[in-house]
Amino acid sequence: MKNLALLATLVTGALLLYGTKDFPAWGDPRDPASTYLSPYYIEKAIEQTHVPNIVTAVLGDYRGYDTMFETVVIYCAGMAVLSVLWRKKEE
Amino acid sequence: MRDINEHTAGEDLIIKTSVRLMVPFIQVFGLYVIVHGHYSPGGGFQGGVILGASFILLALAFGMKASQEYMTVSVNAVFNNLGPAIFVGVGVLCTLFGGLFLDYSALDNLIPLGVVEWRSFGIFLVEVGVGVAVMSIMVLLYWNLSSGGAMDEGL
Repeated sequence: MKNLALLATLVTGALLLYGTKDFPAWGDPRDPASTYLSPYYIEKAIEQTHVPNIVTAVLGDYRGYDTMFETVVIYCAGMAVLSVLWRKKEE
Repeated sequence: MRDINEHTAGEDLIIKTSVRLMVPFIQVFGLYVIVHGHYSPGGGFQGGVILGASFILLALAFGMKASQEYMTVSVNAVFNNLGPAIFVGVGVLCTLFGGLFLDYSALDNLIPLGVVEWRSFGIFLVEVGVGVAVMSIMVLLYWNLSSGGAMDEGL
């Protein structure tokens, strides 16, 4: 059983590594992300949001949904720890 | 509020004195990181962690009870829920005033400041929500994990 699990892990890992072969090269200026999405943010962020820090503009406005659920993830972590550990003090 | 020196949890004078001097500056810096996120690296998550760390530092140096005099357990519980509620509330408010969810420019119909200005200000409102949530939940996690859930005394 242990060997089977090891085999499954190794095969999955090998497949994932094989999949990275088709990725664009690191920092390639012609990959899809840098040909239409990044230039849009860089050119339009200040004009559309008046926020000089593009990272904040992307996090807070363009990807606001993502940031909202990041907050919810932290909230869930807090509530999970609270519900597992919290106990009333014995008076 | 009692004098902070009455607490005996941290016996070391050097630690207590240096923490007492550092905490106000850490908290001002945390607020600065939150409100200055538009212009420099920072924002709600980073500033919230810095603010939360200042309360954890208080708890480490003076004991958990001392840190709970500055943020009581019930205030902490309110902040836990208030942070995500601010974020979601701003998003819902946008839909109520005729925009998409989290499209802050719709709030221009509520208070006319200008569409682009509202996008900027909406980001700020949302960052404040994130900061409140992260700060209080960091402190909550520390209190619970270090005291085994009793939230009275621990490290």
